[in-house]
Amino acid sequence: MNNKGVDKSKRQFLTSALTVVGAVGTGYLAVPFLAQMQPSVKAMAAGAPVEVDISKMETGQLIRVAWRGKPVWVLNRTPDVLATLKTLDNELRDPLSNESDQPPSSKNPVRSIKPEIFVAVGLCTHLGCSPTFRPEIAPNDLGDKWKGGFFCPCHGSWFDLAGRVYRGVPAPTNLVIPPYRYVSDTLIIIGESAEEKAA
Amino acid sequence: MKPTRITECGNWVLERFPVTKFWNEHMAHYYAPKNFNFWYFFGSLALLVLVNQIITGILLTMNYKPDAKLAFDSIEYIMRDVPWGWLVRYMHSTGASAFFIVIYLHMFRGIMYGSFKHPRELIWIFGMLLFVALMAEAFMGYLLPWGQMSYWGAQVIISLFSAIPVIGDDLSLWIRGDYVIADATLNRFFAFHVIAVPLVLVMLVFMHIVALHEVGSNNPDGIEIKESKDPWGHPVDGIPFHPYYTVKDIVGVAVFLLFFATVIFYMPEMGGYFLEHANFIPADPMKTPEHIAPVWYFTPFYSILRAIPDKFAGVIAMGSSIVVLFLLPWLDRCKVKSIRYRGGIFKKALFLFVISFLALGYLGTQPVTPVATTLARLFTTIYFGFFLLMPIYTRWEKTKPVPRSLTKVHSLEEQLHTLEEQLPALIQEITELKPVVTEIGHPAFKSSFFSRRPNPEGMLNVISRLAKKAKGSLD
Repeated sequence: MNNKGVDKSKRQFLTSALTVVGAVGTGYLAVPFLAQMQPSVKAMAAGAPVEVDISKMETGQLIRVAWRGKPVWVLNRTPDVLATLKTLDNELRDPLSNESDQPPSSKNPVRSIKPEIFVAVGLCTHLGCSPTFRPEIAPNDLGDKWKGGFFCPCHGSWFDLAGRVYRGVPAPTNLVIPPYRYVSDTLIIIGESAEEKAA
Repeated sequence: MKPTRITECGNWVLERFPVTKFWNEHMAHYYAPKNFNFWYFFGSLALLVLVNQIITGILLTMNYKPDAKLAFDSIEYIMRDVPWGWLVRYMHSTGASAFFIVIYLHMFRGIMYGSFKHPRELIWIFGMLLFVALMAEAFMGYLLPWGQMSYWGAQVIISLFSAIPVIGDDLSLWIRGDYVIADATLNRFFAFHVIAVPLVLVMLVFMHIVALHEVGSNNPDGIEIKESKDPWGHPVDGIPFHPYYTVKDIVGVAVFLLFFATVIFYMPEMGGYFLEHANFIPADPMKTPEHIAPVWYFTPFYSILRAIPDKFAGVIAMGSSIVVLFLLPWLDRCKVKSIRYRGGIFKKALFLFVISFLALGYLGTQPVTPVATTLARLFTTIYFGFFLLMPIYTRWEKTKPVPRSLTKVHSLEEQLHTLEEQLPALIQEITELKPVVTEIGHPAFKSSFFSRRPNPEGMLNVISRLAKKAKGSLD
């Protein structure tokens, strides 16, 4: 027994040490708790490429395919549409796609490997709604400025038929172009990029 | 009196668990201002709706399947095949909207009568946390039916998090548990909606009420009832919560249930506002509905999001529109609480705020057009103007004098004065005039005169009156 009274500094040390050990332990436990909300192995594996046969597509037709649970559009553009696309640069936020997400093979004004066939992920870059395909020119509800394109009904973003975003709308960037490549003239694989295959 | 077996059992419990103490502190001896008006119904109504949501929610989980393949059909199964399932489901879905109606009115009451001001800042903060938790609860609940609106609404709201720089994409991936809204998202939202958020809500309700009962309720006149007390230490302007306000709240409950039942039985979808039409179509990840809008209670904030033509700025504006409400106790510099004694500039500002809140709510349900966007920007400006200019315009306010208390408190001198005035009447009551007959002397000199004598009946009256008064003040 000592009769010098309580050694406060020892108590303080033990309390601090216990606090630190407890905090570290809590931190270690938090990792599995938080990480178990990450996508599971099954969800990560479900990203297989999708084949699309475009031989039966008519000009002006749009088809939707599911890739990784997302809608992907394949659009066969008419020569008129391609001509219109060249006139829009001044109204677009990123006409040359410098700040947008696409494979290098699609980083051109029409945003595709072959000019007619346009492939894009059909989700608005604003908040992920799927824009509607509105190829008609100057419809009543969208006004005279509408030259045909994709209109997001959720928050009113405008995209042209190359998925390029207009100025003054909520969406920040052009529509995302997924990696895709041509197996033959009439068969596209979505999910594999042309660059990877070439290399 | 000899204690019976029952009172002995009761005492055994009370010595170990102070039920009566709790009851007295929060009900029977909790003094609330006597001038509550109908705006004060909404707190207890919110509690009623919370209980409704918990009970009907538990019943719904007994038949609901949180699985992307089964969810939509299990709701239809509840509606068609489960006995009374339609009633339980409509009570739950209508309850969600009723919750927000009640909470919005409750919050408006707080702004109008200055219930967020010193010393009730924490009650307001807890209330705002409750509001945020309630929005999370409602949002996650809306995904569960797995209809088109459920799916695309969740897609939009979760994408809001992706607007945050650097961590945004990983954060929204972590929330979804998949690259798109999928089974994993539905399953975890079910867990949050049924267990996590309700626990938080109940805990916050507890804190909200504990904080309220510590400082006491505000009232339509915005006076502190604790500042004037009677000789027994009770606020002169206060009445015990039980039985006075329990009884009053029952009236509120009855009126509320009248409206609630009308909606449940005759208009459970409320023309597409409580349950949106597109939500009767199963979720389709390939196609967004032509016109998507959140449920009505989110539309004011959704309008603010849509009004800003920039992704990140829009998300920031929408977040700020809620954060700014938290700051209200420090934005309002006016010392006077109630609108009854505040200046015209505050009344006008509040009126404009209410108009812009309702207008934003309406615009949020409508499709985007250039005119609607311009209007939404105007009302967004007014919405933020109300809060951000508040430190300036509340300083200029010309307020009216606020009474110290509702009941006139008499000083001792005044009381003595009134006693002096009452004294002759009192003497008159406890005595009576009686003829006095003197027996002395000759009968011829027998004279009679009147004299005051104590009157037992009058005394009894006075004593019983006093006793009643004393008993009344003790209660």
